[in-house]
Amino acid sequence: MERPAWAPPGIDISVPSVSRMYDFYLGGSHNFEVDREAARKAMEFMPGLPKIMQANRAFMRRAVRFAVDNGITQFLDIGSGIPTFGNVHEVAQAACPEARVVYVDHDPVAVAHSRAVLEGNDHATVLSADLRKPQQLLSSPEVTSFLDLDRPVALLLVAVLHFLEDEDEPQAAVAELLDALAPGSLVILTHASYEGIPLTEEEAGGTVAVYRNIRNPLVMRSHTEIARFFDGCEMVEPGLVSMPRWRPDVPLEEEDPYAFSGFAGVGRKA
Amino acid sequence: MKVPSQSSGSDAEPDGLEDRLRRFATIWSRAIFPVTATSLTRAEFEQHLLPLARRLRDALHGRPFDTAVAHRTGAALVAAHVTDPDALSRTLGVVDSYLVLYCGSEQEHPAEELRARCSRLQHAMAAGFTQALRERTLAEQESIARSAFAARSAAELALHATETRFRAVFEGAAIGIGIADLDGNILEVNETLTRMFGGLEHHVRSRNVRDWSHPEDAPHVWKLYGELVRGEREHYRVEKPYYRGDGTVLWTNLTVSLLRDAEGLPQYQLALMEDTTERRLLNLRLRYEATHDALTGLPNRTLFFERLEKALSQPEGARFGLCYLDLDGFKAINDSLGHAAGDRLLVEVADRLQSCATAPGEMVARLGGDEFVALTTGPGTERNVVDLANRILTTLSVPVRIDGRELPVRGSIGVVEGPTGERTPAEVLRSADITMYRAKSAGGNRFEFADAEADARAITRHGLTTALPAALERGEFFIEYQPLVHLGDGSVHGAEALVRWCHPQHGVLGPDRFIPLAENTGLIVPLGRWVLQEAVRQARFWQTRHSDGGPLRINVNLSPTQLHHPRLVADTVDVLERSGLEPGALCLEVTESALIGADDDLLKPLRQLAEMGVDIALDDFGTGYSNLANLRRLPVSVLKLDRSFTQGMQQHPADPVDLKIVEGIVSLAHSLELAVTVEGVETGAQAQQLRDLGCDTAQGWYYARPGAPDRIHSLVLADAV
Repeated sequence: MERPAWAPPGIDISVPSVSRMYDFYLGGSHNFEVDREAARKAMEFMPGLPKIMQANRAFMRRAVRFAVDNGITQFLDIGSGIPTFGNVHEVAQAACPEARVVYVDHDPVAVAHSRAVLEGNDHATVLSADLRKPQQLLSSPEVTSFLDLDRPVALLLVAVLHFLEDEDEPQAAVAELLDALAPGSLVILTHASYEGIPLTEEEAGGTVAVYRNIRNPLVMRSHTEIARFFDGCEMVEPGLVSMPRWRPDVPLEEEDPYAFSGFAGVGRKA
Repeated sequence: MKVPSQSSGSDAEPDGLEDRLRRFATIWSRAIFPVTATSLTRAEFEQHLLPLARRLRDALHGRPFDTAVAHRTGAALVAAHVTDPDALSRTLGVVDSYLVLYCGSEQEHPAEELRARCSRLQHAMAAGFTQALRERTLAEQESIARSAFAARSAAELALHATETRFRAVFEGAAIGIGIADLDGNILEVNETLTRMFGGLEHHVRSRNVRDWSHPEDAPHVWKLYGELVRGEREHYRVEKPYYRGDGTVLWTNLTVSLLRDAEGLPQYQLALMEDTTERRLLNLRLRYEATHDALTGLPNRTLFFERLEKALSQPEGARFGLCYLDLDGFKAINDSLGHAAGDRLLVEVADRLQSCATAPGEMVARLGGDEFVALTTGPGTERNVVDLANRILTTLSVPVRIDGRELPVRGSIGVVEGPTGERTPAEVLRSADITMYRAKSAGGNRFEFADAEADARAITRHGLTTALPAALERGEFFIEYQPLVHLGDGSVHGAEALVRWCHPQHGVLGPDRFIPLAENTGLIVPLGRWVLQEAVRQARFWQTRHSDGGPLRINVNLSPTQLHHPRLVADTVDVLERSGLEPGALCLEVTESALIGADDDLLKPLRQLAEMGVDIALDDFGTGYSNLANLRRLPVSVLKLDRSFTQGMQQHPADPVDLKIVEGIVSLAHSLELAVTVEGVETGAQAQQLRDLGCDTAQGWYYARPGAPDRIHSLVLADAV
């Protein structure tokens, strides 16, 4: 019997969570042994995983600043995970104290933690919703009351789309989200790929298998496939590139080789 | 790495000191940046480390010497998200190797003192880092645990709300809902279901689904149940009765579904029940009303046909018997005593019939009006059906008392008995109906057995009757002519027109087959008019062709209905005038029986015709109650002796009594100035004798059989020769 739509999923912390694994990669302790066990296994195949996460965070930081520099003060961060440090609202509000941020995740623990972290912050909130159901997400009171969709919004899809399988129709989900945003809005996106990883596809496949085993498959997509998420947008220079190459503030030779795994890009809705 | 020389004297220049401090921070940053997770850039991170380096340098030279600064510096690293243990070891390595080198001033402290201080600073830093990391770890663990707990509580709250809603749906549902395990133990029932079972929860909850069998369960119900609990079927839907606690029966539309767990293994069965008891009762009542006669309460035609159909579809070897009863003279009772009395009579008859058919396999039904049927099935129907018919006649023989009157009741019964599987219900009933009419026309108050020939006749009769009007339109009738011969000289005196029907299936039919039918339906009038027209036209034709052969007469039969028809005279005159035949050439034959008891009104048209010169012949004379006294009153000019008189003359010598009778009749006729025609003359001896007895004209096979008009033509010619 299928669970009715209004019945919430149960919380099972004996199952690894990708948000808490991410926190572990970043040296945090917002995680449980199951998460660490899975993360350690993944790192056996890709010891540089934390560097990829770090590059993600660095890219996000640069992209958020870029958005603020371009006059955008509203942020919709989907797949925000466990807030640790250098979060969107910290970066954005450091540059513009009035910036408003809505975090979205479907992991109830991540949402509960975000809620605790954001307590007292009137300019940021968190919403429990699923990227696969964009209409539900967009029509939620958090989005409708916190964001003015008639003005440009920066939509962050950082390290999240690679957790949507093709049958989840990620392309359509992104299109639907973009459709709801005002012209001039930015989509800030990173995505895992076999391209750029300093390993063979076979070696990196071990990590993919770990994610498959914890029933959170990691879908590696090609540059071409990832570029399609920007349909209807004009790419902000330098386009869809590996993370360190996107408007770097340091010489590339200082970057860890793993940081070049996957792609990052920012598109502007026409 | 370029190590600055001690003797450069750079500590004399503030820029030099600051530059060395920066270099120390750069080395430190380069050492630990790779093992941090910070999102700061390398440059930013180095900037971040610079104040920490400065504090370390100050602590190195501090007076008094205080390691607390180093402790805080260690903690500050953790605050900057430097949490990797490697970062501490690398930090200590950098401090150990480069702090004194880049930041030590021997002018303030001896070299050994600086080394010792540096070591102690490292110890404090390690402690500060570790303590901060431990606190941070504990804090984060606590916060994530709290978040997990909060998320779980929220989920549980939501789940609780869900369950509350589910519970409300469950309890408030208008249909009965029950959940049982796969062994049939009932785990949950809602209030509606409890109410359906009589209102006591323990009557339901303590039960096992398997206890709930009922004699009226459809045979497949428990098979479906077995398939479901074995996981071979996801759901089924049946109509099922249950006994309530008080023994009454609950009828339900039952839907049972299999509930599986997340792994797809069968767990529970879910039953949804709709109480259909009242609907069913209503249906039964409607069904009863639709299948029973409102007046007598007997099964009606619908139900009877169902039963008959069932009886007739029994396997080979079975037989059935049926009595079809129609009351004799019921219409008269209804007309004279009123419908209310008629109805009471029917009710009484129904009751009596019911008491006649009480054995298993017997049933009585009212088909409508005063028609009833009794059916018997099972072994021995040959004998039983006769017994049944006799019982019915016996029970009817006792008069019915209504309003103080004793009303005699009689009935006619058609009995059909035979093997099943040969005839349809409609065929059986038609046979019974025909047979009943046979019993009725045989005088009523009796039963007759169906017989295939009688049925066929009746069926043919029916078929012919319905085919008559079209046959007339399509010209299927034709006329044959039988010569009338002068006994005196043997000349052809005229001919009798005899109508025939050339039926597309049955071939040529004589008037005895269809004239009575035409008489009953009234078609005799147009048919008779056609015969008259044709015959008269033919006679006129003969006259024009054979003027030398003397006047040729034509005899046409008139049926009783034609006799009564108001346009008889007018039509006849019209026909004669149109053809140009003189009235004296026409002879209309009327049967004696048609004129028995005829009053002046009936005779009037005949008289008019006779006055015009048309001859009237009294046909079949001697077969009815020949009222000789009446003969004088009738406008008749010819007597046609019935063939029964001539039959006695076929032998040789002829029957003397017949001879006497014929002689008497001829003498009587002649004294009344009536000509005598004899029919059925088949031998020369007969002809001789009749001539001797004084008969005037004759017809019969001795002279000619009826034939086509041209045969008369040739006879006349032969005659004339």
